[in-house]
Amino acid sequence: MHRTTITQARELLRQKKLSSVQLTEAVFARIDQVEEKVQAFAHLTREKALEQAKQADVRIAAGEDAPLLGIPIALKDLICTEGSRTTCSSKILDQFVAPYNATVVEKLNQAGAVIVGKTNMDEFAMGSSNENACHHPTMNPWALDRVPGGSSGGSSAAVSAHECVAALGSDTGGSIRQPASFCGVTGLKPTYGRVSRFGLVAFASSLDQIGPLTKTVADAATLMNVIGGKDPRDSTSANVTLPDFTQALQKDVKGMKLGIPKEYFTTGGINPAVEKAVQEGIRTLESLGMQTVEVSLPHLDYAVATYYIIACAEASTNLSRYDGVKYGYRSEKSDNLVNMYENTREEGFGEEVKRRIILGTFVLSSGYYDAYYLKGQKVRTLIKQDFENALEQCDVIASPVTPYPAFKLGEKLNDPLQMYLADIYTISANLAGIPAMSIPCGFADGLPVGLQLMGKHFDEASLITAGHKFQQATDFHTKENPL
Amino acid sequence: MTKIIDIEHVARLARLKLTPDEKERLSGQMGTILEYIEKLNELNTDEVEPTAHVLGLNNVFREDEPAVKPLADHNLISESPAHDKGHYEVPQII
Repeated sequence: MHRTTITQARELLRQKKLSSVQLTEAVFARIDQVEEKVQAFAHLTREKALEQAKQADVRIAAGEDAPLLGIPIALKDLICTEGSRTTCSSKILDQFVAPYNATVVEKLNQAGAVIVGKTNMDEFAMGSSNENACHHPTMNPWALDRVPGGSSGGSSAAVSAHECVAALGSDTGGSIRQPASFCGVTGLKPTYGRVSRFGLVAFASSLDQIGPLTKTVADAATLMNVIGGKDPRDSTSANVTLPDFTQALQKDVKGMKLGIPKEYFTTGGINPAVEKAVQEGIRTLESLGMQTVEVSLPHLDYAVATYYIIACAEASTNLSRYDGVKYGYRSEKSDNLVNMYENTREEGFGEEVKRRIILGTFVLSSGYYDAYYLKGQKVRTLIKQDFENALEQCDVIASPVTPYPAFKLGEKLNDPLQMYLADIYTISANLAGIPAMSIPCGFADGLPVGLQLMGKHFDEASLITAGHKFQQATDFHTKENPL
Repeated sequence: MTKIIDIEHVARLARLKLTPDEKERLSGQMGTILEYIEKLNELNTDEVEPTAHVLGLNNVFREDEPAVKPLADHNLISESPAHDKGHYEVPQII
């Protein structure tokens, strides 16, 4: 029962063949069975979930229908939930209980979702392996000695291990798509501004976006319908009409143009088995009627450098709020205020977060701003223009998500630059603000490989159409891990 | 050539009290990362406008009202690691 998708579960709940309490209990039974191995969660909200499931059953019995009514969902632990902890997998927020719900949580509640718990992540969403978490690392359900990816690795592992029916994550440089790819699930980063970030703990504000991690593209469409839209409480959320994304599931791909950026196969050191799976995925889309065209994204090789300037600069300012005064952790061993700030931050932040604060503070500091930060913003313009040009020639761009499948725990932990380069194919979509999705397209050495689909601003629908047709024609997304 | 940043100065700006070990490790890693970032100088960007925000939003105005209604039973001060009689407590400032 825990293996169900949102679409399947909704049907069973509607037909009263299943209750939300039964489904929620099945999900918790699965958690009890596998969580010790996977460690996908930072903390669970079991009692509250069962209460929500009971309420959902009452609503169903009263004849109500809502898109997620009675469905167990997990949330990355940087999405604020009133009355339960939101830790960002950081010691500095380990005991923090948000006084309000994020807008996406309110929307999930209205849609009837049951919140299973908060998933583990790289601290403050900084990392590509989930190893930078204060609680514990998370393991990849496909191979427990390998990372699930990051920073939404807890969400991707929980979906892959069926410890929830679907999850929300956040993506600043690939943090939904890379773990989705590593764990063999579907992950969608919406257009910048599509989903409200009110109540999302900020990492890099010009890049962050909340999105779904699901078992199918159809489920991603359902979640997008719920979480998308303008929110007056997030001034960066866009005032753009929210289409019914489930309509995009009915559309055909015939005649749609699929752009293939040649640079993605010559830059970044792509593993041959990953390349083979991605090329076969592209051929499948061709066989479904998409017309491929070669496009060029010439500044790909500059994306990682640009991203780490901009993301770290924004992170260093966003994280200056953690000072030990109004909430969160405070160091005990201080005799004056400045000392207290310095000790609190030294003890409260992990190494990767400190590294990025230092890098971000440096590139914004007097004498270096123009050479680094301004330069990064200018190259960002070039990368954005690359996508505008390429997307004039096609509807969707297809590429790899990562150069290689899931790597071993510890393998890249002592080489930050190598860890950063793991994000080479995903980062550009954040810099350009466009929507991008990872869908399972094959295996490399028995580990899942993702195919990335990228589209025009606010055209998630085309990604959903192409991704859904792909999943109707293939079975990679239904393959089960050995867990 | 590896560029060494003034790690003491940057850590002070960031209000981070790094250990001697961290200072050494981070300045080495910053050298490697900044060396990699140098590759941006291969591009001539003299005529390129910087991008701060992809949607090109200008000012977004709203009524000056609280976004969240404070919960009756939630005392925000109680979130603080040190507070007394409804005030935040901090170590000596002067």
